[in-house]
Amino acid sequence: MKKIMTGNEAIARGAWEAGLHVAAAYPGTPSTEILENLATYKEVYSEWAPNEKVAVEVTAGASIAGARALAAMKHVGLNVAADPFFTLAYTGVNGGLVVVTADDPGMYSSQNEQDNRFYASHAKVPMLEPSDSQEAHDFIKQAFNLSERFDAPVLFRVSTRICHSKSLVETAERIEIAAKPYKKNTKKYVMAPANAKERKRVMERRIDDLKAFSEATELNRAEMNGGKTGIITSGISYQHAMEVFGDTVSYLKLGFTWPLPERKIRDFAAHFETIYVIEENEPYIENFVKQLGIKCTGREKLPFVDELTPEIIRRAFFPDSEETGGYEIDAKVPPRPPVLCPGCTHRGFFYEIAKYKDIVATGDIGCYTLGSVPPLGVNDVVLCMGASISGGVGFRKAFDKAGRKEKIFAVIGDSTFFHSGITGLIDAVVNKAPIVINILDNRITAMTGHQENPGTGRTLMGEPTYQVDLKAVCMACGVKEENIRLIDPYDLKQTREAIKAGHDAAEPFVIITTRPCALIKSVLKERANMKCKVDTDKCIGCKMCLKAGCPAIGVNNGKALIDRTMCNGCEICAQICPKNAISRED
Amino acid sequence: MNNDTKSILLVGVGGQGTILASKILSEGLARKGYDVKMSEIHGMSQRGGSVTTHVRFGSKVASPIVPQGGADVLVAFEKVEAVRWLSYLKKDGWLVVNDHKIESLPVITGLAEYPEGVIEKLRREVPNLKVFSASKIAEDLGNIKSQNIVLLGALVKAMKLDDIDWKPVLKKIIPPKLYDLNEKAFEAGLAQ
Repeated sequence: MKKIMTGNEAIARGAWEAGLHVAAAYPGTPSTEILENLATYKEVYSEWAPNEKVAVEVTAGASIAGARALAAMKHVGLNVAADPFFTLAYTGVNGGLVVVTADDPGMYSSQNEQDNRFYASHAKVPMLEPSDSQEAHDFIKQAFNLSERFDAPVLFRVSTRICHSKSLVETAERIEIAAKPYKKNTKKYVMAPANAKERKRVMERRIDDLKAFSEATELNRAEMNGGKTGIITSGISYQHAMEVFGDTVSYLKLGFTWPLPERKIRDFAAHFETIYVIEENEPYIENFVKQLGIKCTGREKLPFVDELTPEIIRRAFFPDSEETGGYEIDAKVPPRPPVLCPGCTHRGFFYEIAKYKDIVATGDIGCYTLGSVPPLGVNDVVLCMGASISGGVGFRKAFDKAGRKEKIFAVIGDSTFFHSGITGLIDAVVNKAPIVINILDNRITAMTGHQENPGTGRTLMGEPTYQVDLKAVCMACGVKEENIRLIDPYDLKQTREAIKAGHDAAEPFVIITTRPCALIKSVLKERANMKCKVDTDKCIGCKMCLKAGCPAIGVNNGKALIDRTMCNGCEICAQICPKNAISRED
Repeated sequence: MNNDTKSILLVGVGGQGTILASKILSEGLARKGYDVKMSEIHGMSQRGGSVTTHVRFGSKVASPIVPQGGADVLVAFEKVEAVRWLSYLKKDGWLVVNDHKIESLPVITGLAEYPEGVIEKLRREVPNLKVFSASKIAEDLGNIKSQNIVLLGALVKAMKLDDIDWKPVLKKIIPPKLYDLNEKAFEAGLAQ
């Protein structure tokens, strides 16, 4: 029987069936579950790497050593891993090597909407794009074969709606593939200039073979239904186009999208009066079709921001069609943005730092990005993984030039610090930037759904391992011990004092919070019966407690009210209350 | 065109269990032999934000996304979320609403208002409406978290999917020690 699987599950399953040996990734929505699923297959060595560059390098080494290897990451992760990725196109592979990039159109959980298909054309790496879970499963198996056949890494491009949509998949059994023999070959693998020049020639010659394959493969197929309109499309956009146009039009459905099949496109286009190119994000296919001198319509009708949906396509191509909108009532719907959870270990830190008006907070990527949201409203900048510290150094230097005295507080999580914060810390120390680096260590990679990281003492495969000591790392990078504070962020007094000390410090200063995320299973269990309550006789309705931005506290008849089902008894609100009206239940 | 494709939209607040309910739903539909697509968004929106899950089934489903005005059933796990997503309900589709209020942070802090009289307004506008407190039912059964399974039961009833044998599906997906509670929750939902 077919199984119902997400795209991510299907990728993991297909890769396992293809005899995968080694997999590495850094968690990132929407790609995270690929490795989480791979870790359930004992035949595959799976790891969380500290960042995407490391993940691609681990799999590059494994591939050159002869294993079939897979690295997975979200779209922006490939920016971090771009360095090895580009040069791997020169070296080629030994065992099949597949790099999965999961793009996030609509930016459901990302800071940008970049279209990573351009990485394939830029790095000259063959690319596959599945349109549902079955194709994700089938294409990933082909990807390993193609990687070995063409001696090239393969880019496997998916998007949020592929990764997180479930559909039926016909699975198969794993085929055990012996690792290929490894033989030292410096001309192929040592990319010193003389060798790299030769390898670049090899790479360019490979493109002709890939083009021939693109023309021949069934991955790029025409579905001829007659009609006067032909649609060229790929990935999830194919499904959306099918939803809107059904079999009233014909399709050129592209699954192998670099290099694109020139002849196939010309032949297809020759059949129709009108050609539409339907794709999400950038006009990647459309630009190519236009370069061929073929008239087509795409971007001029489709929006260049946000996720593409059948509805958007329908409105774009059938503007006169009847609106099918259902019901409407007269009620103003309040926004419901994501917020820090009740009991979040970041709340105390943000509550205390929000009191300072003479600071700049440079933020980072993780749950604590939500410290930007009112009433906390702390961060001034959030750019990319790791930029809180390095960006903070830049702020300090620019403010010094401008004669501005505001203190810089860089705010970063544990996993992000390991990912790319350590180099920023070294920069702050070596280049003498007296900023305060706040490592909000909650002992987990929280935002992506609780993955292990170098500080948690456990591997992806569940083995106990060495736990990297944050304080020791900071000291090894040159932060003086007297300039480091380890604090419990549930203790506002301790938090306040550490922030004050950092604010007054003349040297790089580090504050490390030490309490594990409130959603970690063992923490949930331990705190299951810890609840705070309001003494309504004492409560004066001043609403000071609401400044903590906790979703568990509301107001009822002018008095504070705590939702017991949400509260975890962190007592931040109890410490804020000027009348001691809030306390823990006995 | 996929004229026989049916669409269900489940909307709620992060943490309410919409994803688990849709998982059980999709698994049951697949066992019945339908082509099924389910789509969800996780990540940042899980942190107390507004969440949606799309489930579509039929002989052959193309897009996993339910379009506006395209939901045969809209299940709202929270009443203001019903209003937020109301334009997705098909004319004459069924609306199932959990009569339960969760204030968002902008409401709590006074930056926005929670609208009054939502249920009454829905009653006036939507003919096929089921309103009840799944949260209260689940709480009375022993755990508010089973509200998702109560709503699943009500959805199965509204969608006339009770010819599917749901119990083995529940058994497969729900941990054994929570099964009895959730079986009761499912039956309570069916009775709505």
